Amino acid sequence: MLGEGIIKGMAETAKNFFGSYRSAERMTTVEYPEERIAPIEAARVFPFLVFDGADWAAGLRCVACQICEKECPPKCIYIVKSTDKKPDALGKPQFYPVKFDIDISVCMSCQICVEVCPFEAIKMDTEFELSTADRFGGLLLDRQKLSKSNEYYHRIHATEAAGVDARLAAEKVKADAKARSAADAAAAKAAAIAGEGA
Amino acid sequence: MIETLDQIFVLLRRWLVSFLPAAWQPVAGVLLSVVAIVCLFPALFALTTVFERKGLARIQNRLGPNRVGPFGLLQPIADGIKSLTKEDIVPLSADAAVHFLAPVLLVVAVFMGFAVLPMGRNMVLVDMDAGLLFYFAMGASTELAVFMAGWSSRNKYSLLGAMRAVAQMISYEVPLLLSSVVVVMMTGSLSLTKIVEAQSGFTWGLPHWFIFTPWGCAGFVMYAIATTAETNRSPFDLPEGESELVAGYHTEYSGFKFALFFLGEYLAMFSISGLGTTLFLGGWSAPFSFLTWIPSWIWFFSKLMLSIFVFIWLRGTLPRLRQDQLMNFAWKFVLPMCLLNLMVAALWRFMGDGWLRWVICSVILIGAYAALGWGEMRRGKIGPRSYRYAE
Repeated sequence: MLGEGIIKGMAETAKNFFGSYRSAERMTTVEYPEERIAPIEAARVFPFLVFDGADWAAGLRCVACQICEKECPPKCIYIVKSTDKKPDALGKPQFYPVKFDIDISVCMSCQICVEVCPFEAIKMDTEFELSTADRFGGLLLDRQKLSKSNEYYHRIHATEAAGVDARLAAEKVKADAKARSAADAAAAKAAAIAGEGA
Repeated sequence: MIETLDQIFVLLRRWLVSFLPAAWQPVAGVLLSVVAIVCLFPALFALTTVFERKGLARIQNRLGPNRVGPFGLLQPIADGIKSLTKEDIVPLSADAAVHFLAPVLLVVAVFMGFAVLPMGRNMVLVDMDAGLLFYFAMGASTELAVFMAGWSSRNKYSLLGAMRAVAQMISYEVPLLLSSVVVVMMTGSLSLTKIVEAQSGFTWGLPHWFIFTPWGCAGFVMYAIATTAETNRSPFDLPEGESELVAGYHTEYSGFKFALFFLGEYLAMFSISGLGTTLFLGGWSAPFSFLTWIPSWIWFFSKLMLSIFVFIWLRGTLPRLRQDQLMNFAWKFVLPMCLLNLMVAALWRFMGDGWLRWVICSVILIGAYAALGWGEMRRGKIGPRSYRYAE
């Protein structure tokens, strides 16, 4: 009969109305500043830069390849590439970002920068309490503010960070093996040249 | 003592006025009542906004506002200060004069309705013979204010919202009037005080409210539907459907002008609930004969707040209608039922006392409701929504 659904709906909402006073389990929200829910692993807010080791400036994984800057749809990333090279985590000399700014008032949290980064250098953060009284300077995060340690990355996205670490370790093993075989080849070549000379 | 408490506001007014010279007394008395109405209902509005937010929150298993003051009761003060300090923006291409007048006219028109509502025994500002007619005339002029707001803003959302509002309000004006006409047929008077008096008797301790008769019950249901649409409340909140039209006709209003629209909407809700109380729920009369010692104004405002609670409950339950569903419902369901109800009321009047008229009138109304509902639902005009997706 007409109106049956309305009666059913009204009964349901009345149940919620009175039930919410009686049982705390019904409540879907918490009182935020005092109570907090731990962020879920898949949560993402704005990107940050991962560094290895203790010193953020030395351990930055970013090599200033500028792929993320080019791919960023709202163009919120600004990178200045260095002119000199510094050894990276694998010991290979690489460029590094002299300037790396993200304007989080422009960033739309799309995660494309993370997807395109070949060096696992940029990841998504879960920090969301970013309000500031200075809406221009305060929302423009520089290299230092963006840098967060690999341990922090493990803390917020445990599964993902473990995968990244495994991949990086495998790459390092491969790079080491390649370096060793190259060194062996070079040594063999040198020995051969030396033998010829003799 | 009971008599004094019941008449306390009337006596208070008489006492205050007695300090003035006799020539000024009538004017001063009216002014005092006006001031009382103008202060009381906005205060009630402030409280209602908190209760609505808290009620909706509870319906959704949340806590609702609880930060400003004890239990969040001071929230409306914070909101009021906020809306007073906000910038009042008038769009460059808007018709500034009309844009300014619309909220004022809305609030004034809504306040006029309170003039004829009996809020307690002897507590009516103007005891007009054609009080009901006056009320509906004032109620209908709010549509003009809404359209003025939408038109003068020069904004597509405002205009669409205003168009919807006018279409909806005019459509539901018809069932609103027709559902009230049954009461006029029965009491033979357009005076709201007479209508309340007609319902003030008791049989076996139960009141003679019109809602307890078949035609009154049907009329009340139709009236409730029409008032919900008339006040643009959910599920009939198409004119300001925020997911479709930003905010409808008051999109371009900010600061205190927006607050006035908000106030007007709630005041309309109070006054139309007050009228519904007067017409069908016995106005200020007590629900049982042994409770007549409680002051009449307490009963009026209790019934008023109960109606407001039902409004909030409905808002927390029902999703918004589509425009065609809204119109179909008004013209193909509510209107025929209202017309039938007129016939039933006439039948009731001429069948005389006895149990037979109860049975016949109830059977006709319930049968018509079931048949009309079944037919309309079968044709898919009203009832559960069907969805079509792009493939």
